[in-house]
Amino acid sequence: MATTVHEPPKIDRRDPPRPTGNSGNGGGRGPVPADGKLPGVKDYSPPPASTGIWVVLASISMSFAAFTSALIVRQGSALDWRHLTLPRILYLNTLVLFASSFALEVARRRVDAFMSGRKDQAARPTRWLYIALFLGLLFVAGQYVAWMQLRSQGLFLATNPNSSFFYVLTAVHAVHVLGGLGGLGRVIRRLNKSILRKSTLDATAFYWHFMDALWVYLLLLLWMKL
Amino acid sequence: MHDMSKHEAVAHHAPTSFIAKHIFSLDHKVIGKQYYGLALLAALVGMGLSWLMRLHLGWTSLAIPGLQLLTKNGAPGNVMTPEFYLQLMTMHATIMVFFVLTTAPFAAFGNYFLPIQVGAEDMPFPHFNMMSFWVTFVAFLVLVSSFFVGQGPTLGGWTQYAPLSAIGEVGGPGEGTGVVLWAISIGLFCVGQLLGALNFITTTLDMRTRGMSLWRLPLSAWAWFITSCMGLTAFAVLMPACILLILDHVAGTSFFVPGNIVINDQMQPHSGGSTLLWQHLFWFFGHPEVYIAIVPGMGIVSHVLITNMRKPMLSHRVLVYSMGALAVLSYMVYGHHMFVSGMNPVSSLAFSFPTLVITIPSTILVLIWLGSLYGAKLRINAASLFGLGFISMFISGGVSGFFLAQPSTDIMLHATYFVVGHFHMVMGVAAMFGIFAGTYFWFPKMFGRMMNETLGKVHFWLSFVGAYAIFMPFHYLGLAGNVRRYQAFTPDYMQPLIPLHRFITVSALITGAAQLVFLYNLIHSRFRGEPATDNPWQATSLEWSTPTTPPPHNNFGDKLPVVYHDPYQYGVEGSVGDYVMQTSPEKVKTASDEA
Repeated sequence: MATTVHEPPKIDRRDPPRPTGNSGNGGGRGPVPADGKLPGVKDYSPPPASTGIWVVLASISMSFAAFTSALIVRQGSALDWRHLTLPRILYLNTLVLFASSFALEVARRRVDAFMSGRKDQAARPTRWLYIALFLGLLFVAGQYVAWMQLRSQGLFLATNPNSSFFYVLTAVHAVHVLGGLGGLGRVIRRLNKSILRKSTLDATAFYWHFMDALWVYLLLLLWMKL
Repeated sequence: MHDMSKHEAVAHHAPTSFIAKHIFSLDHKVIGKQYYGLALLAALVGMGLSWLMRLHLGWTSLAIPGLQLLTKNGAPGNVMTPEFYLQLMTMHATIMVFFVLTTAPFAAFGNYFLPIQVGAEDMPFPHFNMMSFWVTFVAFLVLVSSFFVGQGPTLGGWTQYAPLSAIGEVGGPGEGTGVVLWAISIGLFCVGQLLGALNFITTTLDMRTRGMSLWRLPLSAWAWFITSCMGLTAFAVLMPACILLILDHVAGTSFFVPGNIVINDQMQPHSGGSTLLWQHLFWFFGHPEVYIAIVPGMGIVSHVLITNMRKPMLSHRVLVYSMGALAVLSYMVYGHHMFVSGMNPVSSLAFSFPTLVITIPSTILVLIWLGSLYGAKLRINAASLFGLGFISMFISGGVSGFFLAQPSTDIMLHATYFVVGHFHMVMGVAAMFGIFAGTYFWFPKMFGRMMNETLGKVHFWLSFVGAYAIFMPFHYLGLAGNVRRYQAFTPDYMQPLIPLHRFITVSALITGAAQLVFLYNLIHSRFRGEPATDNPWQATSLEWSTPTTPPPHNNFGDKLPVVYHDPYQYGVEGSVGDYVMQTSPEKVKTASDEA
């Protein structure tokens, strides 16, 4: 039976703004006027998770940009670049990852509707979260199958630069997906305890969708370059 | 609705157990002190290694008692082998650049003071913050452990140029396990720094208290913010490079090792790798790293000098813009480290131009400091002296950068001591002076006691004169053609330079010993120093507004401060003196307020 959320989880709502209190207000939006009158100050700061997720994604993007440039430079540095046919299961894995993202987005919207008061009860969000989690795990398992298929063809990490980059890029992406699965597990736990913050769920979903985009990028890169 | 008066993300109760309070602490102040302790330990180790190197350079056949304890085969009869010299050099540089110059001014002071200066209770992700320190600590242990594993630490230099770094033990002692440990250590360090950058950026953007607009942030907070943005992008590139380097070792890949390399009559089992690829990846991190080391010092020194000048800098905003410009340009200039790498000469020209352009914001910074100091009645104390020393070192070391920025002169100077002198002054000693300025300035707030001023001034003058005595002659040595990274100077033309090397060695020993004065002052003052008041320097920023000294667990007690002013309201008529604190609702009419 799906978990029902009995009481409103504790959340930070972006809109309407917070009541004036002691909270940080990202003062750039409303510096205290010279006369020191505070009531007119717009007191609002985004929850740190909303900013933090951009910081995380910027860092991951830089890392994969570095890997990409390494691939391009390595390809041009010698004549040992060989053709490599991508295992077909990768395309199925892509669909699985997209489906996982879709499930998470359904859950996010349902929790969002509940938290913003549009619905009285969240309609089984945890079921969708578990689906997202399962599909995420399935994706990682699918990647493992792809590696096994390459192994059976005699293509190992050090066989040639193509296989090296294939393993490295897919493995580093899989590690990031596993990190996202950890985040997803945390979201489920906090939702079950009714202490989930909206910004945490949003950030997790954002990260998860970014994993889709990153995977599509990597797939295109591998397809074009390998 | 639940209480939103504080950021939930950071609201954690004051710990009660010893472990939660002092070891696995979530408190940014404790983490800041842990980083400081790590940096201090690393600095002592790094300095010890430099002493060993200098002794060997002065007297090549000298037996150094106990040297064998550090190495299996590197010191027969306690006399250093050339390979062991290179291992010491590599470890000295790695420890100093990563675990001292990055750790102390950015991670240590930034952790302690950034949340307080923005008016927050803590960083937004305290668990990540704690992880950041412990990952860095483990990284340090992994690095130092390479002294005691296999053939010792890597000898490839802190830049770890391929293919030497990627071919394994056949490249020399430490080039197998030593390099792998080095790469694991630096990879872990990157993780720690990325977690730190996440916290620093979100703290600055989201945790500012009411009234604390971006332009009301002190210059030190700006410097930490700009540095964290650099760290975020730079360390994110170094980490993939370390992963690929490790794979070249343990998995037999060929990312960085080209084919047809023969060592000791043996063809190496690699093919097609690019040695330049490593250099590009490394220096894309490496040059911003120079600014990661120095920009926090710029912010700290500006903050310290303003307090002691009792007037703001000529332009707060231009100073911030200049630090930002350094950060942006630092990514465009990294190729100037590669002028002699065999890179396309057109690329050299492309990297030379922004390298010369980056001197503009640097010069603006210096001119603002000097212009602001001109006519100021500067309070002379240990902190302000080290601030002046920072500027002096930055100028002296920076001027030689003009020569190195141009490929035509760099080709001659690149492999010489000229470069060693340049970067030690502009980045090493300057950043160290920034750390010292910050220590003398903030120690009262961190530990509730004053440091001994007389000892501080003695420490300054010995360090200042000593640093010039060590590093100025390096430029001369370089111009005379003295190659760097050599453990002995046997060619005829270098023989006359040996007395100068001995002078440098003696200077280094004395200057190093002078740091014991600082260490004594630090430890003695921690327990026996005069009790500090809440605001001993009559300063204005939020760290001096805490209800107690040191600040309580949540920094500001039950109520977060409200900010009414720009950070540096000095030279005004306030009710408590010639300053008005940021938290004071007193009306102060100044040019900056009107603007």
